[in-house]
Amino acid sequence: MGEITNNLVQIEEGIKFIPGASAFVAPLNKLINWGRAGSIWPATFGLACCAIEMMVAGASTNDLDRFGIIFRASPRQADCLILAGTITKKMAPIVRRIYDQMPEPRYVIAMGSCACTGGLFDTYAVVQGADEFLPVDVYIPGCPPRPEALLEGIMKLQEKIMQEQGRWSQFA
Amino acid sequence: MEPIRIAARLQEKFPDSILGIIEHRGQVTTSVARTLIVEMIQFLKTEHQMNHLNCLCGVDNLHRTAHFVERFEVIYQLYSMENRTLLRLKAPVPETDPAIDSICGLWTGANWLERETYDLFGIVFNNHPNLKRILTPDDWQGHPLRKDYALKGDQEWSGFEQLKEKAAQLKQFEF
Repeated sequence: MGEITNNLVQIEEGIKFIPGASAFVAPLNKLINWGRAGSIWPATFGLACCAIEMMVAGASTNDLDRFGIIFRASPRQADCLILAGTITKKMAPIVRRIYDQMPEPRYVIAMGSCACTGGLFDTYAVVQGADEFLPVDVYIPGCPPRPEALLEGIMKLQEKIMQEQGRWSQFA
Repeated sequence: MEPIRIAARLQEKFPDSILGIIEHRGQVTTSVARTLIVEMIQFLKTEHQMNHLNCLCGVDNLHRTAHFVERFEVIYQLYSMENRTLLRLKAPVPETDPAIDSICGLWTGANWLERETYDLFGIVFNNHPNLKRILTPDDWQGHPLRKDYALKGDQEWSGFEQLKEKAAQLKQFEF
């Protein structure tokens, strides 16, 4: 054991790699959280103009792929819902349905002031904040937020995921 | 042909239906009675090559103090691709009976424009093939672009109430 311990390579705090054995040694919480935070797959879902900024964030200049963020075309393959834009009341049931179709664990990012609070559309047709019908994890202000702000929000979500305890099993 | 002359021709053909012709900054607006609206537009389309329906929309004159006849108006922007002339028809529609004949028979594209005007102003288009709401949900109450419609609406849409109820129930299971 001692010999192996000496050869362990620490790749992140608490997570060690055994060279040649293709194995990681870590607390399960930490390992799963680490894997999850490094592979956030958002659903390809834009609601309004913020979606354009979300696309820019995914394109080559900002390149979300380097965070392991790959947009998935199906909510069943996604574990993050980026609410990019104004949520109208007519659209809200569909947004909720997409969230309901996503498998656990799932996260919600409210992108832009419309998704956070309704923004400047304080009217009959617009939901005054996505948290009226969805559990939102991260709020990103801005109208629209720059891609850098979206990256910051995603990194905040990664920090949140890294702090989770025992979300990897309902029996834990 | 100049738009003002087309309006004059229209007045010759339908003398009783023209309420007024206004020219302002080169744009001609013809105020017409709603009864023969389809025949008038048919005449303009066939005789004067006004072959493009540029726009069809409604107006609510509730807070206006002058220059209007009835509470609602339906506006038709007709454009001639051949002659590059634009003519605007304005048909007053009373509040007590907000209805006008549909021009879906002349342009199929008028279908959704009339549905939008119906949805947001509550103006009924007679003989429309599918007069349903187009922008707001089917069970929406009221017509939002009317000037007496409150900005926040009179009541919450029932579908959104149900959604909030469902979200509150699922929250118990940390969903």
